[in-house]
Amino acid sequence: MIRLELRGQVSERMVYCSPFFAVIMTLLSGMLIFSFLGVNPTQAIITFFVEPISSIDGIAELCVKATPLVLIAIGLSFCFKANIWNIGAEGQLTIGALAGGGLCLLFFNSSSQFLMPGMLIFGILGGMAWAGIPAFLKIRFGTNEILTSLMLTYIGLLILSYLIHGPWKDPEGQNFPESRLFQDAALLPIILDETRLHLGWIITLICVPVAWMLMTYHLIGFQIRVMGMAPMASNFAGFRGKNIIWISFLISGGLAGLAGTIEVAGPIGQIIPVISPGYGFTAIIVAFLGRLHPIGCLLSGLLMALTYLGGDNAQIELNLPNAVTGVFQGMLLFFLLASDVLVRYRIRIVSFKNKHRNIG
Amino acid sequence: MILKRIVLGVFLITGMLFNAADGSAAEKKAKVGFVYVGPIGDHGWSYQHNVGRLAIARTFSDKVKTTYVESVPYGADATRVITKLARSGHDLIFTTSFGYMNPTLKIAKRFPKVKFEHATGYKRSKNLATYSGRFYEGRHVVGLIAGKMTKSNILGYVASYPIPEVIRGINSTIIAARSVNPKIKIKVVWVSTWFDPGKEADATKALIAQGADVILQHTDSPAPLQQAQKNKVWAVGQASDMVNFGPKAQLTAIIDDWNAYYINRTKAMLEGTWKSQDTWGGFKSGMVKMAPYNKAIPADVVAMAEKAKDGIIAGTVHPFTGPIKDQSGKIVIPAGKTADDGMLLGMNFYVEGVDGTIPK
Repeated sequence: MIRLELRGQVSERMVYCSPFFAVIMTLLSGMLIFSFLGVNPTQAIITFFVEPISSIDGIAELCVKATPLVLIAIGLSFCFKANIWNIGAEGQLTIGALAGGGLCLLFFNSSSQFLMPGMLIFGILGGMAWAGIPAFLKIRFGTNEILTSLMLTYIGLLILSYLIHGPWKDPEGQNFPESRLFQDAALLPIILDETRLHLGWIITLICVPVAWMLMTYHLIGFQIRVMGMAPMASNFAGFRGKNIIWISFLISGGLAGLAGTIEVAGPIGQIIPVISPGYGFTAIIVAFLGRLHPIGCLLSGLLMALTYLGGDNAQIELNLPNAVTGVFQGMLLFFLLASDVLVRYRIRIVSFKNKHRNIG
Repeated sequence: MILKRIVLGVFLITGMLFNAADGSAAEKKAKVGFVYVGPIGDHGWSYQHNVGRLAIARTFSDKVKTTYVESVPYGADATRVITKLARSGHDLIFTTSFGYMNPTLKIAKRFPKVKFEHATGYKRSKNLATYSGRFYEGRHVVGLIAGKMTKSNILGYVASYPIPEVIRGINSTIIAARSVNPKIKIKVVWVSTWFDPGKEADATKALIAQGADVILQHTDSPAPLQQAQKNKVWAVGQASDMVNFGPKAQLTAIIDDWNAYYINRTKAMLEGTWKSQDTWGGFKSGMVKMAPYNKAIPADVVAMAEKAKDGIIAGTVHPFTGPIKDQSGKIVIPAGKTADDGMLLGMNFYVEGVDGTIPK
């Protein structure tokens, strides 16, 4: 007989162990599903999780795919730590991509070396501006940021749709909804020959320790954490709640906007009607899987990216349907939530005899 | 005790891994890969391409291995997936949606030995061919039937994006419909998506509310047909025979049949005669077909439709035969002339009888 027993206090060890439990459980259940599908389960796991990164090119692709996920997840961690629920990273990404990409389209003749850095800065500002709206509304009118940030995502996507079907359409593109291709000066340089690994990955790797320092050693990080854990205490300490809302929204919006510009100036190379296949939403899972910690976000972002690559590979090699990718991502989150029970509870295995005696 | 079990488990799993790694010796077959924009499902655009893939697999079962990746988003993911196919030893790769044009072009340059075919695009290179269907021929037949079946003299058209392909279909339909009944008008709703059952259903309801009693669609879901059935008006299936979704409502359907083309191109690849080219096949090559006609259509209308189809095959009927006026009444195709392929491919104006303007 298994019994859950409330722990006296939150288990620090379990906070960091439960993602690993989740991954292991996902793998085991995945093997079970594969064997039901009539595929050799170990072969399938190798195809899914090992083969995609068994070459330099594969690892480069993994990093390319992880870049937006990690960047956005790090930003969201700041919000979520402060108990501020920014659900609109997808919209902030889109507006960032439009701000950065728009600069390129405005100067489409330019081959200036300042163009690409300028685009990145515009992307950050664009994302910040879009994230600033729910922050402002929350502070000024006390609106629920979950709703406003989510709704602004749809507005952002419609602005993208308008621009790409209208003023920003490629004049030589036969009326197809795509912008012109970005010129070389606007593209992020490739940092590993023969692959698609671009400067965005380096930017991401720089963001990880910077965010960690900010979160752990800077007063801002401390205020965010206190506000998230004990808003009353934060007030007593004299921390300005408004400032924390602004800061966490601007950080996450800025990083999402940066991710958007990196996507259009990196692997995509133009503005298209669908810039992100839902990175802004997937990054929410990445942030929680990474325990709202920058290094955790890096690891979980890579893992999440691997599920996409594995999904491609499973389709090509094993003729498995694309839904397998979604099943894996769903299981990962499900098992993470399930394992989190262990943070607050411990499992007691009680023998039947004991129990009987207890009753008696 | 527990430790012992864990160690045993680890041994078992590693043992299985090695076993799996051994059993992967494959014989040498040519490989043909497909990239689909949607899930395969059981009808529609991607489904028809997959039917073509299966035809290759059947015809060359001993010489060719086919693979596919479904639901590949445009942009960064498309590039990754196509590259992955090229890298993993595929000889011929079909990318089956317009949005893959620029990625396919880029990758074709990097892998000069791999042959690529892109559906519905206009950019070609030495190892990149393009192909598409003359679906406007099917629209002509549909227009004739719709013209005879409508009571309200209003046709409703659920359209995706204002690109030449879609505008050509609208024009072809209305020209044919007005040739049997000059009072007919066509109303168009743009849904800005290829597949969104909700939006397509809403558009259909709006068209029916405006008096349309024959619904035509250039989108991929069966929602318009289902709505038509519910509201007891006629509809025409798209890409596949959709009769199961609306057996009473479906007049007929325009079927995309890629089987013969895919088999020919695979054969050419195997025999070393493959060349980059542009193929635009219609009724004559069998790339466009009509689904069985609804029993409710009078025999003389069916005979007229079949006659038109035979005429197109024989070359005596052309859906765009002058005199054809645009919306302002200006003659765009003079009497006795037909539109050439250049005009058809770049078509960006409505002909007389279409309600509204093309979104810019």
